[in-house]
Amino acid sequence: MANESVIGVMDPEVKSEASPEVDPKVNNDGYEQVHSKSPVFYDLYERKSELKHQTHYCPGCGHGVVHKLIAEALQDLGLQDKTIFVSPVGCSVFAYYYFDVGNVQSAHGRAPAAATGVKRSCPDKIVIAYQGDGDLAAIGTAEIVHAANRGEKITVFFVNNGIYGMTGGQMAPTTLVGQKSTTSPWGRRPSNEGFPLHMAELLATLEAPAYIERVALSDNKNIMKARRAIRKALEIQRDGAGFSFVEILSPCPTIWGKDPVEARRWVLEKMTPTFPLNVFRDRRPEMPAGNEKENVPPQRPVADVLGIIPKQGAHDNSKPKHAHHFRDVKIKIAGLGGQGVLLLGQLLIEMGMREGLEVSWLPSYGPEMRSGSAHCHVCLSKERIGSPLISHPDVLVAMNEYSLRKFAHEVVSGGIILYNGASIPADFTAPEVQVVGIPAAEIADKLGSTKAANIVMMGALLEETECLAPGTALSVLEDKVKKLDLLEIDRKALTAGRLFIDEQAHIGAVSQPDGFA
Amino acid sequence: MAGQARGKVTVDVEECKGCGLCVESCPPKCLQLEPELNSYGVHPARYTGQDCTGCGICFYCCPEPGAITVYRMKAKAKALATATAPGGEHAAAL
Repeated sequence: MANESVIGVMDPEVKSEASPEVDPKVNNDGYEQVHSKSPVFYDLYERKSELKHQTHYCPGCGHGVVHKLIAEALQDLGLQDKTIFVSPVGCSVFAYYYFDVGNVQSAHGRAPAAATGVKRSCPDKIVIAYQGDGDLAAIGTAEIVHAANRGEKITVFFVNNGIYGMTGGQMAPTTLVGQKSTTSPWGRRPSNEGFPLHMAELLATLEAPAYIERVALSDNKNIMKARRAIRKALEIQRDGAGFSFVEILSPCPTIWGKDPVEARRWVLEKMTPTFPLNVFRDRRPEMPAGNEKENVPPQRPVADVLGIIPKQGAHDNSKPKHAHHFRDVKIKIAGLGGQGVLLLGQLLIEMGMREGLEVSWLPSYGPEMRSGSAHCHVCLSKERIGSPLISHPDVLVAMNEYSLRKFAHEVVSGGIILYNGASIPADFTAPEVQVVGIPAAEIADKLGSTKAANIVMMGALLEETECLAPGTALSVLEDKVKKLDLLEIDRKALTAGRLFIDEQAHIGAVSQPDGFA
Repeated sequence: MAGQARGKVTVDVEECKGCGLCVESCPPKCLQLEPELNSYGVHPARYTGQDCTGCGICFYCCPEPGAITVYRMKAKAKALATATAPGGEHAAAL
């Protein structure tokens, strides 16, 4: 009530202007709205707490000001609908709550790397990496230096408050000499912790960046300079001129232990002597003449470049060739490194691709190339695949007993386990799952090489599930296996695996009538 | 009132966090912190009702996206504005 009455006394029009039904631009009292909340911000912020109408930043925090300046520039330049914002880790991690633009949340310090990927795949979009000093100048030093050095056509806003804010005031690379923090309680000593890192100057030694400026949110004049710098950086990206970087010295009243007004003054009095305000770079980068043509990658199909001669119709994916009764199938293949576990998965997805399916292959293996545990997840689907990770496979191909025991419980009810072994271990049970033992290693050994055990398993898998055509398997093997003698063994192994299922399958546990095949 | 101010500021008292940066920054010093607390327990900023030039400095100093709205007197509408008291009418309509 107190607020209501105060507003009423001070300015009777306020209530009508605050209400959204009234066009804010039209005022009967002769006043015209000149500065108000930018439409680049959401009306309400989808935060967890009840405070959906204000930001999570502390009173007097510089982030809010930078947010407003960016929002205003995006609005004025008409870029809101084509902007992708890369949020960092730090206090500004929640930028996606506020900006009504495209948003990507990146790992700590990796915003320029994520922004590189976004910009290269969407070159017509405006990509903004927004980072703090702990994020950009500490854990993300490599990313920013290389993104700048490559001249990525992105814009980086670097909010430097000389401290780790979110985590409670630890020393940052930009902490001033003598500045106290929780991890430099006696003040930063250059003899022990080194000198503050000057990111703008450091990046200005590189050839590629188009625009580098340092500004400060220290007083009215400098805030308006920051406004111009932010706008210019975005214009440079809009015009495709190159990498633009604005370092913004920003107050952190809470961690500095100062009131907001005092903190802002501290930016001017203490920070700007160490971090001088300047335009460090403002030019279009010069690319060596004639170089661009040489660097253009050959616009030829990958198969051509690699010298693969496509089999007749093998690469024609224009129309689906999968069987009309195909059901999406999730396969987990597990075993030891060296058993061809990952390769088997790759062969399956290659086959899937040639049959016009959506496929995914997700490998998982230890540091060992041989004899470590390895598995991979294979999805074959008629629809686009959401996640390549499989929690509950329809089919488990267990190349050894360890994998059988480790992953059997994940298999869906009514699923199939194909086990590389003549007999299922006596104490092994898998209710509601069909377990088939295939002596793949022995079969492959008889054919000439135990290496082909995975192909025997593939033959068994194809025969058991009928998810892919054996003919496709043959054509894939012909393309992938370069050694002719091995190819011959693989051919036989594929057939042997299929025949084994046809003729001698040992059916264990429960066979489901609605299982595959 | 002798003459209407060139500008006008409104503050969303529930969005304002009472940091006081606008009060410090305002060139004609026409903002002050409210003696009363808002529902979040801070003293929000308010316009004293006089001398605002509509420069917008408070808007750019304020860290909250929508706490401050700045208005400027429209040159053409000046006569209309002084002729009647439409603000009062408007308030009555609500």
